[in-house]
Amino acid sequence: MNIMIVGVGGQGSLLASRLLGRVLTEEGHDVKVSEVHGMSQRGGSVVTYVKCGEKVASPLIDLGEADYIISFEKLEAARYASYLKIGGRIITNNQQIDPMPVITGAAAYPADVLDQLRAKGVQIDEMDALTMAESAGSAKAVNIVLMGRLARYFGIAPEKWINALKATVAPKFYEMNCKAFELGYKA
Amino acid sequence: MKSLLIGNAALARGFWEGGVGVVSSYPGTPSTEITEFLSEYRDIYTEWAPNEKVACEVAFGASLGGKRAVCAMKHVGLNVAADPLFTLSYTGVNAGLVICVADDPAMHSSQNEQDSRHYAIAAKLPMLEPADSAEAHAFAKASFDLSEKFDTPVLMRMVTRIAHSQSIVEMGERADVPTKEYIKNPPKYIMMPGYAKLKHPVVEARTAALAEYAESCPFNRVEDGADHSLGIITSGTCYQYVKEVFGDSIPVLKLGMVNPLPPQMIRDFAAGVERLVVVEELDGIIETFCQTLGLKVEGKNLFSPIGEYSQRTVAAAFGRELPAFVAPAADLPGRPPMMCAGCPHRGLFYTLAKKKITVIGDIGCYTLGAQQPLNAVDSVLCMGASVSGVHGFNKARGAEAEKKSVAVIGDSTFMHSGVTGLIDIAYNQSNSTVIILDNSITGMTGHQQNPTTGLDIHGDPAGKIDLEALCHAVGIRRVAVVDPYDLAACEKVITEELAAEEPSVIISRRPCVLLKTVRKNPPMKIDPEKCRGCKACMQLGCPAISFREKKAVIDDTLCVGCGVCAQKCAFGAILE
Repeated sequence: MNIMIVGVGGQGSLLASRLLGRVLTEEGHDVKVSEVHGMSQRGGSVVTYVKCGEKVASPLIDLGEADYIISFEKLEAARYASYLKIGGRIITNNQQIDPMPVITGAAAYPADVLDQLRAKGVQIDEMDALTMAESAGSAKAVNIVLMGRLARYFGIAPEKWINALKATVAPKFYEMNCKAFELGYKA
Repeated sequence: MKSLLIGNAALARGFWEGGVGVVSSYPGTPSTEITEFLSEYRDIYTEWAPNEKVACEVAFGASLGGKRAVCAMKHVGLNVAADPLFTLSYTGVNAGLVICVADDPAMHSSQNEQDSRHYAIAAKLPMLEPADSAEAHAFAKASFDLSEKFDTPVLMRMVTRIAHSQSIVEMGERADVPTKEYIKNPPKYIMMPGYAKLKHPVVEARTAALAEYAESCPFNRVEDGADHSLGIITSGTCYQYVKEVFGDSIPVLKLGMVNPLPPQMIRDFAAGVERLVVVEELDGIIETFCQTLGLKVEGKNLFSPIGEYSQRTVAAAFGRELPAFVAPAADLPGRPPMMCAGCPHRGLFYTLAKKKITVIGDIGCYTLGAQQPLNAVDSVLCMGASVSGVHGFNKARGAEAEKKSVAVIGDSTFMHSGVTGLIDIAYNQSNSTVIILDNSITGMTGHQQNPTTGLDIHGDPAGKIDLEALCHAVGIRRVAVVDPYDLAACEKVITEELAAEEPSVIISRRPCVLLKTVRKNPPMKIDPEKCRGCKACMQLGCPAISFREKKAVIDDTLCVGCGVCAQKCAFGAILE
């Protein structure tokens, strides 16, 4: 199973990948998670790979290999869509975050970016994860809302995710993240 | 206990289990976490040094003093530490000494793509290269014994994909390694010509002994496969891509020790396969070695010396079927990294761009001042090159250039190697202006303390270098301090210091807005009645400001209320 987590630097993709990695490890899978640090984190497009199976060799996911792409932002879902397996699924937050070329007016934000993907036959779960995260208590919990939605496809009991969450996030954010996870799971 | 660890954390665990006693490093992506994780073991000594040369020398001193020692750096950091490195090869060690170097193929966070294996060859040192976190852990633990057995520093090469990929590690216990006795031994430790001449033959003999050891060492192995029409020699992350494509179907010679290479093992492997291919990122080092053995070998005819590989690269090179994929959308706007909302560097760079100053830049978050729309940087070379670079620029172009050019360097980078350039300015007298962007932290690598912050690697109180006093002490009389959130003050001080007929330093001082200790203000608000849609605020390149329906809007999840944009608005439309 190959899962890509994509978004804008600062949106919390590292935490999401660590949560996912922990859940899959505890299920007894071999797991690899590949992170990105440094310069590219500063508001740039970021991508994290999570892979599990009986034995995982490469930590990377390349074109046409992802079973799921979890995207924290619409444009980033489109940017990495070609990494999706034919028949794979994108789970995306429908938030628009303008990249600098759009802010400066050098480029326009594409209007119907997710519809274009649907027209190509890509399965997309589009959700307003930002509003859900805010109702859970913090706009920063978009990552965990999306993990909640992903969990529906995995057949791993929600309690196991909640246990992994407890081990992954700081205690003072635990309740809030549990709420965010549940909202995503039920969405 | 089994844990999912990034390669750097696995190295740290392995070093700790192997009995490391002293660690000194300078942060640099993708090596930083090695030392950060080591600092969590409070039973050993860890520190951030001002630069990699110092770190390497501290590790040398610790080894001399009888404690197993580690220093870690990124690939370009090893350039800085190359001076001690080459002669450490001659002195050898007392207690085990390991130098970690993390390469960054594809330059995710680097200014070049150099291949550190060349250093192992040039300095005649053994180099290990793990292929996942379990190997990182095992190699780290074994590296001290290797170092002590062959009386040599050991290089540990990482690449981004091993350093920052998590995989499963079985953790062990810490070995009880007593501090070794220090015995004065001038012929071993004093590298003046008379002694060094005696040591060079020792180094050559050691290299031969290490090559012999490589033939049967635990770091190298052959994995057989049924189909001998192809055999692949590989190491590190490339091994994983090869296994992903071929599984156990073909023979693979997996090298964990990449210098020196085992000639007989390679010859024997080659003899058993019809076609021999080396898969290695960056330079064709193993391939060239095979050629010197007279073997028919392929490698860089199939693979690029540029960038990172993946399983797809490997599959494509061997003509295997590639996964189909959805055609990517055309013309999506890019999303390059940029300065954060509320970044204290923004106001300063905005002022430099407005005044059309030539900016000799440096390495750090503030390299992003080069990005649109500020476009405020003229050059970025290496750590410290801004300060010495502006001096050279001004010596070449004369008095007029001195009034239109500055060096821009962060606090940590200034400590690393900017201060020596400033000494050159003070000594050889150019009327250069140096701007130190003091954000009270090492930012780009993820918030490490440095000599100007007054805190040590654990966040405990430490010595604090006073930047103003330091600049004065090296002979700079004019040292001004400015708050970069105050655009008028920035413009005034830059104008004054550029006009000065002597060297000067401007310290642009405000802590990184991402620091947890920095209090954020409530987000700014735009009054849509007053906003005329002139886009003056958008010239700042702040990610929190965007344009919707002919008006500027502020994203209140990003805005930290720095107020710089309000100073740009001629209509008073941006309010606290």
